Amino acid sequence: MNIAVCVKHIPDPNVPPEMDGKRLKRQGVQGVLDPGDEYGVEAALQLKEAQGGEVTLVSMGPSQAAEAIRRGLSMGADKGVLVTDDALAGADALVTARVLAAAIKRSGFDLVIAGVESTDGYTGTLPSTLAELLGVPGLTTTRKVVSCDGSTITVERQTADGYHVVECPLPALISVTGSVNEPRYASFKGIMAAKKKPLETLSLSDLGLDSDGVAIKQEVAELSKAEERKAGEIIEDDGAAAKRIADFLQEAKVI
Amino acid sequence: MADILVYAEVGSDGSADTTALELLTKARELGSVDAVALGPGASSIAEKLGEHGAGKVFVNDDDVFADYVAQPAAEALAQLVQQEQPQLVLFATNYESRDVAGRLSAKLGATLMSNATGLVDLDTAQTAIFGGSTIVDVKLEGSPKIVLVRPKSFVPEPSGGSASVEQLSVEISDDLKKAKRIERHEEAASGPRLDQAAVVISGGRGLQEPDNFKLLDELADAIGGAAVGATRAVVDAGWVPYSYQIGQTGITVKPGVYLAFGISGATQHIVGMKGSKRIIAVNKDEEAPIFQLADLGVVGDALKVLPQLIEEVKSRKG
Repeated sequence: MNIAVCVKHIPDPNVPPEMDGKRLKRQGVQGVLDPGDEYGVEAALQLKEAQGGEVTLVSMGPSQAAEAIRRGLSMGADKGVLVTDDALAGADALVTARVLAAAIKRSGFDLVIAGVESTDGYTGTLPSTLAELLGVPGLTTTRKVVSCDGSTITVERQTADGYHVVECPLPALISVTGSVNEPRYASFKGIMAAKKKPLETLSLSDLGLDSDGVAIKQEVAELSKAEERKAGEIIEDDGAAAKRIADFLQEAKVI
Repeated sequence: MADILVYAEVGSDGSADTTALELLTKARELGSVDAVALGPGASSIAEKLGEHGAGKVFVNDDDVFADYVAQPAAEALAQLVQQEQPQLVLFATNYESRDVAGRLSAKLGATLMSNATGLVDLDTAQTAIFGGSTIVDVKLEGSPKIVLVRPKSFVPEPSGGSASVEQLSVEISDDLKKAKRIERHEEAASGPRLDQAAVVISGGRGLQEPDNFKLLDELADAIGGAAVGATRAVVDAGWVPYSYQIGQTGITVKPGVYLAFGISGATQHIVGMKGSKRIIAVNKDEEAPIFQLADLGVVGDALKVLPQLIEEVKSRKG
């Protein structure tokens, strides 16, 4: 089974973000493989271990996004594809999906796995847009892969008030939540092996995409400060904090 | 042919999804607005949608929209949009609507913006970044534009109007009936609904283990009418079901009082609770971002404070 996993290189979420004009600052900012994507890589590796096949990591981003792909390769994926092109800076969700769809179609797939949403953007529609462009069903917000036999996949799909068991034939796309598995750590051996694994870099013209297909149809017009909440009283718990909280609840008339 | 089309979900209890009513309330300030509802119960929510400003409601009650994930609904919407030519199509930011909107974006080649918290005009939507400290105005091009709006961004108000109801007829090919729902399970939290409770008590990693969540339930019982929520970290770790999740990817709450125990205040969480009227936070780390928005912040161990607070509340309530 050939599995394509979408991965994203994002600014380290543990470092407070900064703006560069009207865009998030990315130059010179420490980047990481989106932690949400590690679940997708792990899900793919588990399926590969059960049934064989090949795991390809697919990403779009500046050249340093290759680091995120290397990270996934060191976990055990087989190869990587990075689409990088100056014309893609500031790409919206539709453009990103078109680029990833073209890259995934080029390498072929039985199953595509993505995170539910990126940790820096949270748009959360990329998986379904991608599935539509690939012409396949999508089992999004998967919290558990129940079975996958190479022709059908069955998952538990998170809903607002519970879960649904959903199945579909392959080829298909799934997006996975942080509940789906416990991502493995890259071993030293894995990190060394990753350096020798194939990582292909493609431009838009390699994918046969023209400028119309990647025209970005949204831009930041203005940034403004939101009304700030002010921090109130901060106390150290010296054993009396519970009483102080109870006073507060009484003042608020909830007890 | 209205300027705006609102996609209205039928809630699991058969009522109109509240976010759709919020969207209609805002949309009618910006232009003429119609709504569309699909799946079992669609016709029965049309009246409510009309009361909140929809001029026309397109309905189709077919089971196919509930039985198969996203593809039939996206197909029906694409046909409707081509027929009606709205400039703006609005959805709620939630799991189900995101799937339909994402597919619609691909079908129409329409740009899409997610997590909007405000609508300025037919071309401009707002979103909040950096935990809500900065507002971004985003200008969208082309027609239609697709915008997904976070729940509770607007307050729903009836317009006093009523809608004409039109059956939306659409042929769904077998090719779109592939991702089939074969079982449905509910695991809703007990007690009042999180998004409606006057007091919300929530816990994060600082509670250390799943069992300690019981302390939050005890405090909720002691206060009375309080609901219990959680951060994404503990939901992902399997301590409590997703229906507890408050934040960017969960429920948005705006209670009178929000009590956060062992929650550091990641952006992911803050955007779901910063609209609370009063915020109390207990966390060991005095640098935790949650203290920047707390009206009362306690630097201390939530596991020590909780049992004392439960006793204190019980004794004061007599």
